[in-house]
Amino acid sequence: MTNAADVDPDIHRALGLTDEEAVEIAALLGRRPNHLELAMYSVMWSEHCSYKSSRIHLKRLPTEAPWVLVGPGENAGVIDVGDGLAVALRIESHNHPSAIEPYQGAATGVGGIIRDIFTMGARPIALMDPLRFGPLDEARSRWIAEGVVSGVSGYGNAVGVPTVGGETVFDETYRGNPLVNVFCLGIMPTERLVLGQASGTGNLAVLLGSSTGRDGIGGVSVLASAGFDDDANDESKRPSVQVGDPYEEKRLLEACLELLNEDLVVGIQDLGGAGLSCATSETASRGGVGMDVDVTAIPRREDGMEPFEVMTSESQERMLAIVEPSGLDRVLKICEKWEVRSDVIGIVTEGGALRIRDGFDGEVLADVPATTLHENAPLYDRPRQAPVGLAARRANDPSLDDEGGDLTDDLMAMLCDTSWVHRQYDHQLFLNTVVAPGDDASLLRLRDPETGFDTGKGLGLTADGNHRWCAVDPNLGTQHLVAESVMNLACVGAEPKALVNCLNFGNPEHPEVMWQLSESVDGMTAACTAFDIPVVGGNVSLYNESNGSDIDPTPVVAVVGLRDSLTSIPPGARLCEDSRVLVVGTAADAKSPLGGSRWAWAHGKTEGSLAALDAAAVAATAALVRKLVVDGLVNGVHDVAEGGLACTIAEMAVRGRVGCRTDIGSSRAEAFSEAPGRIVLSVGAGQVTAVLAVADSAGVDVTDLGSTGGDRIAIGPRIGALLVDAMSTSADRLADAMGSGTTSG
Amino acid sequence: MTNVGVIVFPGTNCEMDAVSAVETAGGVAEFIWHGEKNLGDVDAVIVPGGFAHGDYLRSGAIARFSPVMEAVVRFAAEGGPVLGICNGFQVLAEAGLVPGALQKNAGLKFVCKPVKLMVESTSNVVSTQYELGQELTIPINHFEGNYTVDSKTLHELEDNKQVFLRYVDNPNGSVASIAGVSNRAGNVVGLMPHPERASNTLLGSADGLPMFVSLLTNSFVAS
Repeated sequence: MTNAADVDPDIHRALGLTDEEAVEIAALLGRRPNHLELAMYSVMWSEHCSYKSSRIHLKRLPTEAPWVLVGPGENAGVIDVGDGLAVALRIESHNHPSAIEPYQGAATGVGGIIRDIFTMGARPIALMDPLRFGPLDEARSRWIAEGVVSGVSGYGNAVGVPTVGGETVFDETYRGNPLVNVFCLGIMPTERLVLGQASGTGNLAVLLGSSTGRDGIGGVSVLASAGFDDDANDESKRPSVQVGDPYEEKRLLEACLELLNEDLVVGIQDLGGAGLSCATSETASRGGVGMDVDVTAIPRREDGMEPFEVMTSESQERMLAIVEPSGLDRVLKICEKWEVRSDVIGIVTEGGALRIRDGFDGEVLADVPATTLHENAPLYDRPRQAPVGLAARRANDPSLDDEGGDLTDDLMAMLCDTSWVHRQYDHQLFLNTVVAPGDDASLLRLRDPETGFDTGKGLGLTADGNHRWCAVDPNLGTQHLVAESVMNLACVGAEPKALVNCLNFGNPEHPEVMWQLSESVDGMTAACTAFDIPVVGGNVSLYNESNGSDIDPTPVVAVVGLRDSLTSIPPGARLCEDSRVLVVGTAADAKSPLGGSRWAWAHGKTEGSLAALDAAAVAATAALVRKLVVDGLVNGVHDVAEGGLACTIAEMAVRGRVGCRTDIGSSRAEAFSEAPGRIVLSVGAGQVTAVLAVADSAGVDVTDLGSTGGDRIAIGPRIGALLVDAMSTSADRLADAMGSGTTSG
Repeated sequence: MTNVGVIVFPGTNCEMDAVSAVETAGGVAEFIWHGEKNLGDVDAVIVPGGFAHGDYLRSGAIARFSPVMEAVVRFAAEGGPVLGICNGFQVLAEAGLVPGALQKNAGLKFVCKPVKLMVESTSNVVSTQYELGQELTIPINHFEGNYTVDSKTLHELEDNKQVFLRYVDNPNGSVASIAGVSNRAGNVVGLMPHPERASNTLLGSADGLPMFVSLLTNSFVAS
């Protein structure tokens, strides 16, 4: 038995391994690991790669449905969408790199998620970027926002994948720790689906793409698996951020798809976090084989790189393909055409050993069972503890003491058009984008751009997070998120089919953070079960903290839905002239209607509770709205979420450039409660009877709130504004703020 | 049937969209790799959008030296119809096939949005389906779309009816709000807006489709 005394603590601690983990590695090997081996374990057993704090909870998520082809655990989830087509989807975080170097952090996040998709054999056709920054009035937060948006734009546009959706949120909780989540979806003929595994003794491991440099060494362990302290310390982490090259990625993507189309690869895996250590061990381990890797065969950007640097570097735009020797010439030829570098760096072996050698016949520098690098990664059930005084906090209802105040001002402060962001993104490439970013959900034609084959169906996409809901109640907050996704998709006529999540939380060594994570997973499990949405993949980002303060829990869900027939553009979140404003569905009964609302946060009221979710009622309302949208019976549609009913109506007025006169009651709660379950419709005068009849037969409540038209937005007795003022307030807020200067200091 | 060659450089990304628009307009299309020295049996050429050679150095600056461009120059000199869209316009400008140059947008940001355009000429190979003064809605999607040209050439362009499209509300600082121009003969046209992205009403506009119809009817085969 090896004990801690046998292991030099300075080395493994510097690599981010605990003493217990070092002992475990020695036990697995039956000897003391050398430095290279420790370096490989340190990156593979990092929080980022191994999910060691969260795996125990993630197991509870529902992952199965008849249409799921690949669930969690592979590079991306894959679902069957009919007509011989499948879509692959995944979401990732690049929070920590983006906090240090916003442009490259975001750019390489986009690059990484795209590789995860084409690794599966799918052509990436859509990105979404849920982004969260510190306060808009802080120059450094704007510097991060500007850099991140430029990074998404600079990389995504150039690599040729449209960014069709996302979110942009500014809040105090993300000061010092922005969240940059990136989602990608790809489409493929079902038979092109390929998995990241090696097989066939004697097959060759070919490294495609960029040479390997010193960028991103230890990115997953040093950077992504620890919080931020002070500026001087963070500055020193900058070399752990990788640098992206979209042109390299574009050629790599085309070369890989051509290799797959010609059936030249046995398995293929992208190089992301933990670089070659991850790609070689995962492909070998999944295939139940071993691999000999010649570390000297790996092309390097600079002289003098140590084997541990080569094996843990996160240099971007690289893929590892497993090919049969007979196909090698053709593989090299295709790579040459696309000007993609390709080198044989390994060979598949019997047994399960991953051996790193100095030349194929040279000295063995590392020799570890491939499976131990990830399957034996530690599994922690970290202590969980609900926050002290939770019951009292939940009982403190922010809706009380309605002492007046100017609700019009409160509403105007919520209006913010984010087109400053998505105007910088190519959101139209591939001719599929029917509903562009900025609406409740995006809608694409379900069409394969490679063949032009159009199924006539629609693909709905939405990404949602809400730190306020989840701060008040991580379980119900997450349930509400999933429900909001269902409602968002309904607004474009789509029905949910699969979900991927990005769980952004604070330091897992804080028991309250682990409680939040566990509660959130329970909430997601409950809602996804109720709505029959399988979770096909996810990502966990922990250590989102700065100066010891954890971010509010921020699970983000991206949900993909299908629409059977797509022959008309959904009306979008707007009011039209000569119409009635109707609300369908009933707000969930809430003890604390303003708990977790934008209004409450704006007034410093962060206590209270959330309403229980009535999933059956939400599902019924969503089904009704899908039908109304697909049948073309409404001329505007927007779900009630952030900002409540008043904000929903005002946003529709601004988008439609049409005023309204509506009555929703006079209390703050009636104006701004975000209790789930409702969707606002704008219905032409001639269609009202038909809409009421359809709603009646669906058993969904409808309330007529008033009429459209005029030059004012009137919402109940306490809210009234000139339409032109609301429009300019909404349009100018973000653009003006971003124009007012930034600083990196 | 009229066959359109769509040039593909490493980094091009709108090639499939260009093929789709040609097919919607009733033609057929094939990709031509940038390393080819001959165009083969094509009746018209499209240089589509994207980031040819990564747009490194300057948009279109490297692409113009790709082997295929010599063939495109020959084809154009013989009167063959050539349409350059966005990055394709930048490549044609760098190759001297259309006058002027494209610099960074006045706002120094990438801009992707639908814009309104005015048809200023109906005498080039992609404009014959339009009427003078017709207003079109077609998306732009570029960082370097700020058209510039010296004042003497600008006068010539105006006098010779070489200005094809003008922005109604100039989004990028282009001189004289120019969105698209042709060569003197009218057989080579470059424009920053993406007509293929306005080829189906489900995408919000079909105003770009007549350009492809026009290209097919004015191709070598038809004439």
